[in-house]
Amino acid sequence: MAEAAIAGPAPRTAPQSLWVVPPLLVLAVLFLYPLALIARASLGEEAPSFAAFEQVLKSGQFIDGLYHTVVIAISATAGCLVLGFILALVIAFVPFPGARLASRLIDTVIALPTFLVTLAFTFIYGSAGIINETLMHVLGLELPPINFLYSQWGVILAEVTVYTPFVMRPLLATFSLIDQAQIEVASSLGARPARIVRRIILPAALPALVAGGSLCLLLTVNEFGIVLFIGAKDVITLPLLIYSKAIQEFDYTTACVIAVVNVVLSLGLYTLYRIVVAHFGGKSAGVV
Amino acid sequence: MAEATVMERMPASSKPVVASASAAAASGSRIGFEDVSVTYGSLTVLHSFTLTVNPGEIVALIGPSGSGKTTALRAVAGFVKPSSGRILIGDRDVTYLAPYDRKIGMVVQNYALFPHMRVDENVAFGLRAHGAAEDVIRKRVPECLAMVGMAAYGKRYPRELSGGQQQRVAIARALAPRPQVLLLDEPLSALDAQIRRSMLDELAKLHRDLPNLTVLYVTHDQTEALTLANHIGIMRDGRLQAFGGAQSLFRHPPNRFAAEFLGRANLLPASDLQPGEGDRAHVRFGGTVLSARNHHRLPKGSDCLVCVRPHDFRFTRTATEPNSIGGTVVSVQWQGDVHNITFEAGGQTVRMTSTPMASPPAIGEAIAVHFDPDEVTLVPEDARHG
Ligand SMILES: Nc1ncnc2c1ncn2[C@@H]1O[C@H](COP(=O)(O)OP(=O)(O)O)[C@@H](O)[C@H]1O
Ligand SMILES: [Mg+2]
Repeated sequence: MAEAAIAGPAPRTAPQSLWVVPPLLVLAVLFLYPLALIARASLGEEAPSFAAFEQVLKSGQFIDGLYHTVVIAISATAGCLVLGFILALVIAFVPFPGARLASRLIDTVIALPTFLVTLAFTFIYGSAGIINETLMHVLGLELPPINFLYSQWGVILAEVTVYTPFVMRPLLATFSLIDQAQIEVASSLGARPARIVRRIILPAALPALVAGGSLCLLLTVNEFGIVLFIGAKDVITLPLLIYSKAIQEFDYTTACVIAVVNVVLSLGLYTLYRIVVAHFGGKSAGVV
Repeated sequence: MAEATVMERMPASSKPVVASASAAAASGSRIGFEDVSVTYGSLTVLHSFTLTVNPGEIVALIGPSGSGKTTALRAVAGFVKPSSGRILIGDRDVTYLAPYDRKIGMVVQNYALFPHMRVDENVAFGLRAHGAAEDVIRKRVPECLAMVGMAAYGKRYPRELSGGQQQRVAIARALAPRPQVLLLDEPLSALDAQIRRSMLDELAKLHRDLPNLTVLYVTHDQTEALTLANHIGIMRDGRLQAFGGAQSLFRHPPNRFAAEFLGRANLLPASDLQPGEGDRAHVRFGGTVLSARNHHRLPKGSDCLVCVRPHDFRFTRTATEPNSIGGTVVSVQWQGDVHNITFEAGGQTVRMTSTPMASPPAIGEAIAVHFDPDEVTLVPEDARHG
């Protein structure tokens, strides 16, 4: 043993740094090259120019799409954070039978495709869904009384449902690390549950909330399936706009311009997310 | 320890041990367990537990791991609900009161400081929870930190403190809202031996400074219990095995378990008890007659145990002197300030400690030892727990 330790590792035939080449190659082929193509296409078909950019960025369609994207992403993320925090709090700290099952269930929701929830929503809240059918029958109405699903709110509700587990997972991991004795001592010092949540649990959960929230923001900015499935006429987000420009109108230049904006937005959010995670440093290690 | 005499006598019958101390101080709150049982599912971890900690008194609960000490303490704090019985703090029945309404201080083994708060914020936590005014907080926090010698550390975070310092802060935090009752669950167990000793001194001093504070101190360490406590309760398997004044419990343990757990006594099986003058009695051990105090008034002719502490033995010339026994040395161990000697006598392995000897006996050597009959007590053989 001692000899081996002194001798050190056997000399290598190739420098260690060469291992970086294959992943870089894959990254280049699968990601950077297509990205470059899109960026190039956004600059017009002939000589590169920002004419298309100027035109698209000023268009009402784009501004409307950007507005919807941002509003939906921020609202859905806020909803995820609030709902996720409350649910995780209940699962972690309120002893009830089936708490373990509940947290397993959350993992399962993460595994499901996002449109599935949307489809289920249509069955429940849609114009021909269970609730509307029942209400129309009971109240003798001609038209479905509940229409929120085909609006921004429908999209937000669906996204909150789908992405809340992404907030809960890091939260539950964090909560399991909180020393029960801290909560008990706080309680013995006269703190009621609300104070304990505010002063003990929330500060401990902050890194997980920020990380989970950033992830949600990232996912909701780029969400396509849910918006498409809800199919609300005047709720067009950037990903949906790209789809309709490229696939329905064959306007590739416009599609690529919007795509570039979308990528910049995503990378910006991702950078923010990394900065925040790095700021919390070791505290959030293993949690996010 | 004059106040201790009332509850020295322990019933040797199968009745559960019931502890209650005598004097009632003018101020401070008592802690009362009245017939408290705690169950987890089908497992009963506290059996009809009855004990009173008088106002201003320190009672130590000791016992092996899993004997239910923490459970008893948590029942006072409100974190376990008794399945039967009552818990009293002062004259209040708190059995169904939420923990945050009980006005207690609690200190646990791993300190449990709030990691994202500075030391002064930790200490202020209880004051804020009780709605104390800002100027009261500004005054009280440094006071409490000074009380535990941590005045200079208010602006630090817990992670920047050593274990001993963290425990001091935890004590200051518990005392800041001026609770009547302080619960300590193995507060020194996580500290290394040297710091534990100095903290023990400081806890004793703290209680001298706060004479009205009623303290329930849970530990598995008999030194801590003997150093700090007015009264000691010995627990085993969720039951109170013995309760009494610290000194009297040590000198006259009421049963085998108490004798062995508190001070690792030698228990020599003896028979044919014959009362002598005063509380003296004579018993047969092997071929010899030994004299000891019959503190528990065991009946004539009964079998019993002679409870001899390792340090009560003295070397003697021959085994024919009164109150002496002969044996063969099994092991000799030098520990600097003492010699630990194990010998066999009458089929028993007996431990003794002596001041360091220039020429200790050799293994296999025949020795004779004796003890002062006034230092040694007869203990009833405990029929309940083999
Ligand atoms: N939450 C719990 N659920 C089930 N059993 C428990 C629980 N807490 C403690 N126990 C059991 O109760 C017994 C006493 O525990 P405890 O009071 O912690 O003992 P001690 O503090 O004397 O070591 C142990 O056998 C332990 O396993
Ligand atoms: Mg314990």
